[in-house]
Amino acid sequence: MDKKNINHIIQLSKELRWQIGDDFHDHLTEGIYADAAQIVNDSVRLKNGKTTNRLDQKIDAIVTSKIWGFPIMFILLGLTLWLTIIGANYPSALLGHLLLDTVHPILKQGSEVIGLPFWLDGFLIDGVYLAVAWVVAVMLPPMAIFFPLFTLLEDFGYLPRVAFNLDHLFKKAGAHGKQALTMSMGFGCNAAGVVATRIIDSPRERLIAIITNNFSLCNGRWPTQILIATIFIGAVVPPLFSSLTALLAVIGIAVLGMFFMFASSWLLSKTVLKGEVSTFNLELPPYRPPRFWKTIYTSLIDRTLIVLWRAVVFAAPAGAVIWLISNIEINNLSIAFHLIQFFDDFGFLIGLNGVILLAYIVAIPANEIVIPTVLMLTVLVTGIDAGVGQGVLFELDSASATGAILREGGWTLLTAVNLMLFSLLHNPCSTTIYTIYKETNSVKWTTIATLYPILLGLAVTFLVAQFWRIF
Amino acid sequence: MKTGMTTTCETCPHYTSEGLKKMGVDADQADFVIALAGNPNTGKSTVFNALTGLRQHTGNWPGKTVAKAEGAFSYRGQKYKLVDLPGTYSLLSTSEDEEIARDFILFGQPTITIIVVDANRLERNLNLVLQILEITQNAILCLNLMDEAERNEIEIDVRTLSKDLGIPVIPTSARYKRGIPELLQAISEMANGQTQVQPHKIKRVPPNIEKAVNRLSKEIKKEFPGVPNSRWLAFRLLEGDPQIIQALKTGVFS
Repeated sequence: MDKKNINHIIQLSKELRWQIGDDFHDHLTEGIYADAAQIVNDSVRLKNGKTTNRLDQKIDAIVTSKIWGFPIMFILLGLTLWLTIIGANYPSALLGHLLLDTVHPILKQGSEVIGLPFWLDGFLIDGVYLAVAWVVAVMLPPMAIFFPLFTLLEDFGYLPRVAFNLDHLFKKAGAHGKQALTMSMGFGCNAAGVVATRIIDSPRERLIAIITNNFSLCNGRWPTQILIATIFIGAVVPPLFSSLTALLAVIGIAVLGMFFMFASSWLLSKTVLKGEVSTFNLELPPYRPPRFWKTIYTSLIDRTLIVLWRAVVFAAPAGAVIWLISNIEINNLSIAFHLIQFFDDFGFLIGLNGVILLAYIVAIPANEIVIPTVLMLTVLVTGIDAGVGQGVLFELDSASATGAILREGGWTLLTAVNLMLFSLLHNPCSTTIYTIYKETNSVKWTTIATLYPILLGLAVTFLVAQFWRIF
Repeated sequence: MKTGMTTTCETCPHYTSEGLKKMGVDADQADFVIALAGNPNTGKSTVFNALTGLRQHTGNWPGKTVAKAEGAFSYRGQKYKLVDLPGTYSLLSTSEDEEIARDFILFGQPTITIIVVDANRLERNLNLVLQILEITQNAILCLNLMDEAERNEIEIDVRTLSKDLGIPVIPTSARYKRGIPELLQAISEMANGQTQVQPHKIKRVPPNIEKAVNRLSKEIKKEFPGVPNSRWLAFRLLEGDPQIIQALKTGVFS
């Protein structure tokens, strides 16, 4: 296309701008609103002249009130989690039984019949297949419950109210109020939360939202929290209160994550991302009764299966790596063993151990396979016979059996607490890191967003370990 | 929309969505390009889904669609590409979602822009509508969420509204697929040049500004004879919008 010479037009616009003065934008906006008012006046009528949305206002007066706003938020969060935890148990066990106890032996027999070499059989069936099967069994049921519940709240119109309640906290932290929405999305999936930050106009506040989104405990990490809390925290109190205590512990971790999110936002806005807090209009939409079955259906298809597929894609290679490092030996000891010994001293320093650190490194692609990796590696180190081969991901039937293995591996209450903290505070999974890079287009900010939470996690677990051992 | 009429209407060949083929994401070689614009949380994605058969995620909070989504449908043998734009309150500021919406309406040259508005909040929504009407000639107003408006006992004189805005106005409840056949009909007629439009231009502008806009607009027309929205370009130049200046320099409009 031709380059046009439009200098005279630009020149004219500059002259005219001087003549009409600074108020141009305001005058134009006023003109638009005056026109709009006239048009509406001519064509819209209210029957009976009564005010609308009275019920909406009544609900809003409660859910956004200073007294009830926060308790209602926590009750809804607790209820959603409780339904997820309770509801997911049974189908999880069923799927685990089907995929791990039934299909896996069949596959093994099949490969024996067609005479696959042992390394290919191990690599594919014990590595790749089992990792994928574990992820499906552990992730599918909670997601199939959590996402529809979340979507129902969303369709009802509750999320903007959360944003409204949290707005002044975000403002104090120097961040954008809409970060409340992206934070909520992060509770489902951090990658989704990072993409959702596009609704924030100011680049400064958007970066804050991106960097701190990882502090929203995501779906891949809920199961870890729930399992460890059930085994170790719940065991501290009498059995009658154990599930309630475990639930409170998990909510405590989630709230702690929100605390770190606010503190980090504040820190960032006072240091590297200084600037003014921008104002915005938040429209509280009308409450709409969700279309129940349609919501269930679409959130199952759209969110659950997409996130599950992503997890499977990342879990498959991770499963292969786990199998390889446990089966390739140097000086008669597997690579995994060497690595665990290498990490052990440092692990002790922060109240964890070499097994957990190695598991986190292997599981960077998918947070959800941390626990199975930990179990597998623990068995490898302690040499207890859990009835499976080396480098085989497995699931134990009950939380108590899992606990037995972990205690055998030298786990204490401190290890459990620090694992929960570390699971909250560590680098984002690789999908999220990649998403951050795509959204910010900056290696620098991606690096910061990756390293900041893990440094924070190391510092927190270190401090907790030191204090724990003193007292 | 009187529900009693629906059954009679459904039997009439002109008022059914017969001839609608939802084509999902297959948007190649479309005859027409249709943009879906509107305020946040007015149901753009629901309209989008109703027309394309896709399941673009919908949710009851403003700002859910952050990037533009594309889909397609064919109606009476013609193929339409439909672009779902992020919801915006205005086209005058510079957040990423607003730029995506504005750039598409301005540079993407859609055949038709469907402006989805919340019938319950018409006055607030008209701010964006009036801005879009400065930019484009071919627009249809989709007066959505009519079911809620009925519940709230809001009556809208569709005919007067259509006359004042100078474009077709179609009342819908996209969630329940009401009004979609009428919307399709209106799209098809406008795309094939059977609709007379005379979009409303912002009237209540102070005289000195109006004069300045006119002068500048004339100059722009001289340089770019084909451009339909010289008045809006003049508004933007007076505001010193660097992107518009750049666009004029590179001659996107010629």
